[in-house]
Amino acid sequence: MNTAFGLTAIILVCVVTLAVGAFGLRLSRTTSDFYVAGRTVTPIRNASAIGGEYLSAASFLGIAGLVYTSGFDMLWFPVGYTVGYVVLLVLVAAPLRRSGAYTLPDFAEARLESQRVRLLSSVLVVAIGWLYLLPQLQGAGIALQLITGAPSWVGSLVVVVVVVANVAAGGMRSITLVQAMQYWLKLTAIAVPGFVLLAVWLGDGSPAPEVATTSGSHWAEPLSGFGGQDHPVYATYSTILALVLGTMGLPHVLVRFYTNPDGRAARRTTLTVVALLGLFYLFPPVYGILGRVYLPTLPEGVRPDAIVLALPTAVLPGTAGQLLSAALAGGAFAAFLSTASGLTISVAGVIDQDLLRGRLRRITGEDATVVQGFRVATVLAMAVPYAAARVVEPIGLATTVGLAFAVAASTFCPLLVLGSWWRGLSTVGAAAGLVCGGSLAAGAVAITMVGGPLEGWPGALLAQPAAWTIPIAFAVAILVSLATPRRIPRHTSRTMVRLHTPEELDLDRAPGHR
Amino acid sequence: MTPGRDADPAERPQRVRVTSSRRHAATRRDPRPLTRDLDEQTDLGEVYMAGLMSAQLRLALRVLAFGALGLGGLPLLFLLVPATRTLDIARIPFPWLVLGVLVYPVALLVSRYYVRQSERIEGEFSQVVSGS
Repeated sequence: MNTAFGLTAIILVCVVTLAVGAFGLRLSRTTSDFYVAGRTVTPIRNASAIGGEYLSAASFLGIAGLVYTSGFDMLWFPVGYTVGYVVLLVLVAAPLRRSGAYTLPDFAEARLESQRVRLLSSVLVVAIGWLYLLPQLQGAGIALQLITGAPSWVGSLVVVVVVVANVAAGGMRSITLVQAMQYWLKLTAIAVPGFVLLAVWLGDGSPAPEVATTSGSHWAEPLSGFGGQDHPVYATYSTILALVLGTMGLPHVLVRFYTNPDGRAARRTTLTVVALLGLFYLFPPVYGILGRVYLPTLPEGVRPDAIVLALPTAVLPGTAGQLLSAALAGGAFAAFLSTASGLTISVAGVIDQDLLRGRLRRITGEDATVVQGFRVATVLAMAVPYAAARVVEPIGLATTVGLAFAVAASTFCPLLVLGSWWRGLSTVGAAAGLVCGGSLAAGAVAITMVGGPLEGWPGALLAQPAAWTIPIAFAVAILVSLATPRRIPRHTSRTMVRLHTPEELDLDRAPGHR
Repeated sequence: MTPGRDADPAERPQRVRVTSSRRHAATRRDPRPLTRDLDEQTDLGEVYMAGLMSAQLRLALRVLAFGALGLGGLPLLFLLVPATRTLDIARIPFPWLVLGVLVYPVALLVSRYYVRQSERIEGEFSQVVSGS
């Protein structure tokens, strides 16, 4: 691969991102006025912004890599990422917006009127955010390594530096427009080369994918051993559950709902998100399939996750292929930067507000300003996943993201769904559900990531924990709530009025407990 | 593909019971708007809230059930009818066609159906409660 083209594209994306961040201070003042007072952000722009932040390394590189290696069963990943928004739409979109919460801990506090549940949610937001940041940094390492041959820590460090500089400077914060443009940039970067490659493939007489059949598994067929695991049926269902129920619990998703003027607009925005994601996810599998046609065996030093970047030069020798490859590398870096920015802002905000502020004040007296606290939190938010990316062996970008979804689905999904629809949820019940679901899912994730894949049923249950951790979390939250009816928040009825009635009605919407 | 179109006739009478016209008539005689019942959490207010929430929840569960049957049924179909794993439609393998392409427009249609229905439920609730 020609280093110059790819490197130019990556540097361009990084410089543009930094420039936007630098000018963002001025720009974001007007934008945030815009969005608190006027709130005239249209559903299509808002939905593009959600898509821009949501389409991560896993979507841009990981899915193609999974389809390339493991075939048909991996199509459940993009499907799950999209259908997750349908579930979010029907269960929590409008109530979340109407709760007035800006972050998940905000929602927990508003609904359960408890600082403890708030703190618990904060810890979980940070854990899920770190787990989700990890594959973004690993993806950047893999991409830069393929293009320049630099060791993988360089690419991760580039993303860390750009994001920390940007977030700490206050840029990227409320710039809906920038995130919205990111979506269209990523769509173009994956669709245009995709069409070119498809055209070449058709011109070649559309040769069939070449698959080295290992141990009788059939790449192109369903249930062919989900990522080389035993028990593909269980793995399929558990993955679907994690992705579909986990989306609503991701740290950077809720913030964007706040930009909607009301619950109705939140629903319409989510509807548009489903359309935009569906459009994008038509393309990644194409790269996985064409990879099987043109690169049946991976070249030396190329990971499956880099198949998207390696494919164009294999299909089109010469400048054309290199240009396409450069476009894809730029798009991939846009994906790392936008998702990592969104996550870092959410994680840093929670670290700053709920975990650090009190402590920092105690250590420094009243010397530390609010801005300094946020900057310390930003560095922390990125340092931990960066260190983890150095230590943990990559187990596949989309797989790691899948684990983050599993933890989110086992913790915030019960909290949000029961919180929105069940008056009987007690403070103790919600806390028990969070602790139980969180520790089971996180434990399974830790064993999988540190110990590597295990054999047989234990391996399947630990690698895809969602199918048992989600029901357990729901059951614990419900049973403990039933046992502690006196701990049902006092203003539950009033909160329910706020969560479910249309804003056009003239009702008392003040939070009941403040 | 359109879950509600089949389910609607069966569901409609139940929903009308929740925001029935007789209550509507009763509120007209009462100059007190129902919004105050909601604010003060009177028994009447609670009844209306319970009605709104259960109507919305039933709609949500209907959509989810459709999705669970449609998507969740696929692995089961592949498992129980192995022929579907290798079936080709217009030279494209059936599983790839469904999961690579067709899911997305269907998800969009289902979402649109949900948005319309839930806005209708809210519209009727607002009308009844504000007494107009």
